[in-house]
Amino acid sequence: MRIPCPYCGERDVSEFAYLGDAGYVRPDPDTADAPRRYVEAVYLRDNPAGPHEELWFHSQGCRQWLQVRRDTRTHEILGLRVAGPTADPEAG
Amino acid sequence: MRYSIFTLARQAFSGHRRWSEAWRDAEPRPGYDVVVIGGGGHGLATAYYLARNHGVSRIAVLERGWIGSGNAGRNTTIIRSNYLLAGNNPFYEWSLRLWEGLEQDLNYNTMVSQRGVLNLCHTDAQRDAFARRGNAMRMHGVDAELLDPEQIRQMLPLLDFDNARFPIRGGLLQRRGGTARHDAVVWGFARAASALGVDVIQNCEVTGFVRQGERICGVQTTRGTIHADRIGMAVAGSTSRVGQLAGLRLPIESHVLQAFVSEAIKPLIHGVVTFGAGHFYISQSDKGGLVFGGDIDGYNSYAQRGNLPTVEDVCEGGMALMPALGRVRMLRSWGGVMDMTMDGSPIIDRTPVEGLYLNGGWCYGGFKATPASGWCFAHLLARGESHELARAYRLDRFASGHLLSEKGQGPQPNLH
Amino acid sequence: MSEAAQPKRISRGGMIDRARALSFRFDDRDYTGYAGDTLASALLANGIRRVGRSFKYHRSRGVLTAGPEEPNALVELRTGDRREPNTRATVTELFAGLEARSQNRWPSLALDLGAVSSCFSPLFVAGFYYKTFMWPKSFWEKLYEPAIRRAAGLGRASGQPDPDGYEKSFGFCDVLVIGAGPAGLAAALAAARRGARVVLCEEDFLLGGRLNAERCSIDGSDAVDWVRRVEAELASFADVRILRRTSVFGLYDGTAGSHSASGTRTFGAVERVSDHLQQPPQFQPRQRLWKIVARRAVLAAGAVERTIAFGGNDRPGIMLASAVRSYVNRFAVLPGRRVAVFTSTDDGWKAAFDLSEAGASVEALIDARGEPPASLIEQLRATGARLYAGSRVVEGHGSAGLSGVTIMDSQARRTRLRVDALAVSGGWNPNLALATHTGSKPRWSERIHAFVPDVLPGGLAVAGAARGALTLREALSEGAEAGAAAAEQLGFSGAAGEQWRADEEASEVAPLWFVGESRGKAFVDFQHDVTHEDVALAAREGFRSVEHLKRYTTLGMATDQGRTSALNAHAIMSALTGRSIAELGTPGARPPCTPVAIGAFAGPHRGRHFRPTRRTAGHGWAQEQGATFIEAGDWLRAQWFAQPGESDWQATVDREVKAVRTRVGLCDVSTLGKVDIQGRDAAKFLDRVYSNVFSTLPVGKVRYGLMLREDGFVLDDGTSAHLSPDHYVMSTTTANAQRVLQHLEHARQLLWPDLDVRLASVTEQWAQYAIAGPESRRLLEQALGDALSVSNQAFPYLACAEFRWQGVPARLFRISFSGELAYELAVPAQYGDAAVRAIAAAGASLGVVPYGLESLNVMRIEKGHLTGNELNGTTTAADLGMGRLMSTRKDFIGRVLAQRPGLTDPRRPALVGVRPIDPYSPVRSGAHFLSMGEPPTLENDQGYVTSAAFSPMLNSWIALGLLSRGRERLGERIRIHDPVRSGTDVEVEVVAPVFFDPAGERLVT
Repeated sequence: MRIPCPYCGERDVSEFAYLGDAGYVRPDPDTADAPRRYVEAVYLRDNPAGPHEELWFHSQGCRQWLQVRRDTRTHEILGLRVAGPTADPEAG
Repeated sequence: MRYSIFTLARQAFSGHRRWSEAWRDAEPRPGYDVVVIGGGGHGLATAYYLARNHGVSRIAVLERGWIGSGNAGRNTTIIRSNYLLAGNNPFYEWSLRLWEGLEQDLNYNTMVSQRGVLNLCHTDAQRDAFARRGNAMRMHGVDAELLDPEQIRQMLPLLDFDNARFPIRGGLLQRRGGTARHDAVVWGFARAASALGVDVIQNCEVTGFVRQGERICGVQTTRGTIHADRIGMAVAGSTSRVGQLAGLRLPIESHVLQAFVSEAIKPLIHGVVTFGAGHFYISQSDKGGLVFGGDIDGYNSYAQRGNLPTVEDVCEGGMALMPALGRVRMLRSWGGVMDMTMDGSPIIDRTPVEGLYLNGGWCYGGFKATPASGWCFAHLLARGESHELARAYRLDRFASGHLLSEKGQGPQPNLH
Repeated sequence: MSEAAQPKRISRGGMIDRARALSFRFDDRDYTGYAGDTLASALLANGIRRVGRSFKYHRSRGVLTAGPEEPNALVELRTGDRREPNTRATVTELFAGLEARSQNRWPSLALDLGAVSSCFSPLFVAGFYYKTFMWPKSFWEKLYEPAIRRAAGLGRASGQPDPDGYEKSFGFCDVLVIGAGPAGLAAALAAARRGARVVLCEEDFLLGGRLNAERCSIDGSDAVDWVRRVEAELASFADVRILRRTSVFGLYDGTAGSHSASGTRTFGAVERVSDHLQQPPQFQPRQRLWKIVARRAVLAAGAVERTIAFGGNDRPGIMLASAVRSYVNRFAVLPGRRVAVFTSTDDGWKAAFDLSEAGASVEALIDARGEPPASLIEQLRATGARLYAGSRVVEGHGSAGLSGVTIMDSQARRTRLRVDALAVSGGWNPNLALATHTGSKPRWSERIHAFVPDVLPGGLAVAGAARGALTLREALSEGAEAGAAAAEQLGFSGAAGEQWRADEEASEVAPLWFVGESRGKAFVDFQHDVTHEDVALAAREGFRSVEHLKRYTTLGMATDQGRTSALNAHAIMSALTGRSIAELGTPGARPPCTPVAIGAFAGPHRGRHFRPTRRTAGHGWAQEQGATFIEAGDWLRAQWFAQPGESDWQATVDREVKAVRTRVGLCDVSTLGKVDIQGRDAAKFLDRVYSNVFSTLPVGKVRYGLMLREDGFVLDDGTSAHLSPDHYVMSTTTANAQRVLQHLEHARQLLWPDLDVRLASVTEQWAQYAIAGPESRRLLEQALGDALSVSNQAFPYLACAEFRWQGVPARLFRISFSGELAYELAVPAQYGDAAVRAIAAAGASLGVVPYGLESLNVMRIEKGHLTGNELNGTTTAADLGMGRLMSTRKDFIGRVLAQRPGLTDPRRPALVGVRPIDPYSPVRSGAHFLSMGEPPTLENDQGYVTSAAFSPMLNSWIALGLLSRGRERLGERIRIHDPVRSGTDVEVEVVAPVFFDPAGERLVT
């Protein structure tokens, strides 16, 4: 598997570290239902067979977290952007 | 038909023309007391023990493909009970006890072979962790020996003792650990369950659940609707997918684990050996092939195949540990899809949906658990409550914080 | 070389170099062959037909094929530490001095006592072992299994470290062409002519594929000349790389995944760089693993001929027709003098023609088809062979080698013919495995009665016989088209110019899988001794899916993966179950396509090069001081510095500890992780990633920090120093450096991208030394001079400073892991060596000693400081007595989930100290705690010792541990239970987890 890093170019998967589901949003810690929401955010996963939004860290390269859309049945890289809500260079 | 050397000899005289089917290839009936989804080792063992231990009479096992086509036939056949935690150790020890009597119980030679499982350590901290685990095993009456490098050299002279990047500093040996013939386990349970009246139904994929109010009371399949009072999922690797059909969101990720076999060679390695400074473990099958593997590829996958970096990583570990492997050739590789839970331990529990029970999350350790998993899941399905050996495998442990983590890596499955 | 020496060598022709005779040994006898031979062709030339014994029945076996699909002719090649079991003689290039031995026989190939097992063969049917060997229970491991294990397996591994080296290499290209037969050569040239970067891989040592084995013409002249011309033209392109002796064994992911055409895919290939030599030349590897990243690929791997299952179809001397042609034409070897051909294809006839041309007497051509093509019948006349149309071979005779065959003709008359070789042609199986590695299923072709590629992985094209197009004409045109299309899809265009012509050829295939009238065992898997009867038994017992059939009978699981015969078994199963072969399907192919040495996958990563070795800047200095080093992850750290006369390491450590505690010591702590943190919001960031507060930390001060995972358990601990406004440097444990950086970058980039903060790992940029002990201040005064004032007032406990020392930027931190008055001095790594020498020199008059990891460990246990033994990923801050570091004034990672009942349960084990009642009773890490008088059971388990050491200051063993309700139990006497190391329990007292200077007075003086 190879991942086209927007900063470093297409690189072998062995340069990257995987974290998983990119849908993780850190819940507000101060709401009444924070404990339940944290359990769900930290432990429960969609785990689809098909396109999956996931996080990869280019640990042997630019140390950028990348959000990769990849098909878990075929391993095809369907899309990729720099991770984070405002860090997407293409979004300006 | 009972199997024995006498039957075999008698059959030989008649040209082996009178053997009957090992198990009935059953047609689905409209309803059962219990339907077990998944015709792997766990599902078939569950059905067998439901019939044998609990007298449940109307049982079906539904298998999407051919029985044993999932992880039951894609593992490296290791059995052991060398676990640290009190929530795990008694369960796996019971499993090993069941393995030890399985051939007589099933009247099927599953080739349980207790040639020993040796974990090697390469640092003082690792050795102390092994001591902690070995002590825990001994406190539960499980055999465990902490070996020093000289004892290991006597046992396995072909390990690299003199030129290693990470020298061998000791090992934890469980002599009762070993291997079993994985396919035979599937066939043996299928045959024994079938003989007790269980319907083993192949090529029958579950496509949905039948609901009655809040309760699930049946399954839709590619071979029609089947009703059941209780439905057990034993589909590790596909748990999220099947669970999703019932609206479940689970603490599970699917990861691919590769394994490898070499060309058959004359005996080189007696028992099972694991490398502690890299990802590598190895044993030799009775056929002569070296069966080895390492870490999961480390990303979500349902593809049942992995990639080269892991193959290289495993073989690097192999060569670091046993430089004599260099000229032995890898013959075949395969990939299985692992149900990786967030703490590395399995789940045997009710689900939030009435009527649906879950057996899954076996990570990469499901094979050795097969008999005890079936034993405990059958208990849960028959009695509606957890078996005492599987009490730690609750689904709500993530919410309550009673996690069962042998390695302490946190909720990141690719680090387990 | 005389004819007598190679009795089966044809006197002229062939692609061998008769000027270069090569001597070799097989089963301890000397023979001669020629350069250009394989071991198989050389053995055949010497008249050797029997080359091995089969797996289960120990039947004599000979060469079946001339390629990598060989199931029978496996040998142990080479000797000593280079011995390679199961080496296929058919692809082993002959070299001078080659030594090989037959396998799976004892005492010799001719007299094999294992063959007695044939007598019991009625018992040894498929799966017999599942039905027996169960009584009595203990006999399985003691008797049956050891016997089976000894009998199983084929060749013997060397059992010694592989003396040869291996390399790994990445390759990148536009178009990868797999196979250099006519289709592959045409594809490579078409792509190259259009300007694409091409890699062409060929398993063989010659390019040309079937053109070397057959007598074909292209554009009216000898096809071999065409091969040489194409080879020369390809070599003229700068961007074409031809890899000979290179097997592409696997198709893996690139960016493209299984189906999309765009993007890349990765191919695994192994180049046998030196296997054709007696041993690798100096500085050359034995083999090289290639990871070839290709934008497009053309699979042109040809097809493998398959056998026909008939009684005794395994007799030495029975060969695939294509192999016969290869031996006759390429190697100038005549496999037999009196020969016959048994075929259900047009192709089989060509073997008869070639044999006759080469001087053999073709006794019979047996074609199962009633009406073979008239043109072939016409051509056969010239050979004098008798045609048996609509006939079958029902039995092969001769256990040591073929002596004759019994034929049943269309009138069911049996005739026995005396022949010494039989060429068999049952059709062709395309080599399509690579096309299915990513999960694509092949399709059944009624035209060639074989599976052919169907839906292809994106970016992969298949051409020629690999696609089921069996004629040379098709191979050339499909290859050229596929190569051109691949290049053009990538935007290359250019002069085409490839139009090659080959003659029409007859290529009809009729299905004939199994001769029902067979007498004796008809093999459908030669190497695993699977017969047609085993298939029938599997069907009877319900093992009817191809996967169950495979697993129950072991069909197709041998080194050849059943390439020449497994389909015959599927056809038999199809006939028995009434389901078509297409419906039955075929087991999925998985890499590697051909067996690959484990050493090749490992490459150079073995022995001391298994993983990189990280050395600190002070490594050389430590070595000079007599350090013993220990692995700490990839780092090497000094474990201790033994001095002459010290009896053991304990004496050394005792001395080092005492020296530090009474004078001063010097320790390299460079391996600890260091993260540079800068930005306006750096303090806010630290507040969120540490459980305790950092925003109150003034410039010039350091604070200890505890970091949790979001699940509430402790991830790591360390310090952060506030160097200047908006600038911190964080330390992590050595083991967690990388993980912590990843965790911090995750927090920075994903959780709080709005914070103005930047991170950089500077672990390797700074060398850092701890100077600890009562005299450490004096040492620093001498070392630093005016560079920095280190008086207690100017530089108190937990102070930090950046300054210049001898013109070099330096940092000083007053922190202490040992519990002494201590400092850590950091300089850029390139000055690390000079710095440690300067520190040592400055301390010489004070009696400074270097101390290692072991002494550090003793001192931190004396102080109750934590390491990975305590921070094991399952402990909470409260477990470790750090509950007070869980700030209630702010949010931080891990705060919410740390409140779960399972993490706050008062029964959880908590950190305590323990001291044995007898101070000299050793306490070891990993021992468990038991209450006095309670039996050692899991239920009674009270926790365990996390760290233990002998304290020379207290003159006693001391330990830290996690004890259930530990904090409530100070003063209690409990037991240490350590059955894996000690037969007797040790009584200990539970104490607070700090043994030395509990008030911390030494830190602040």
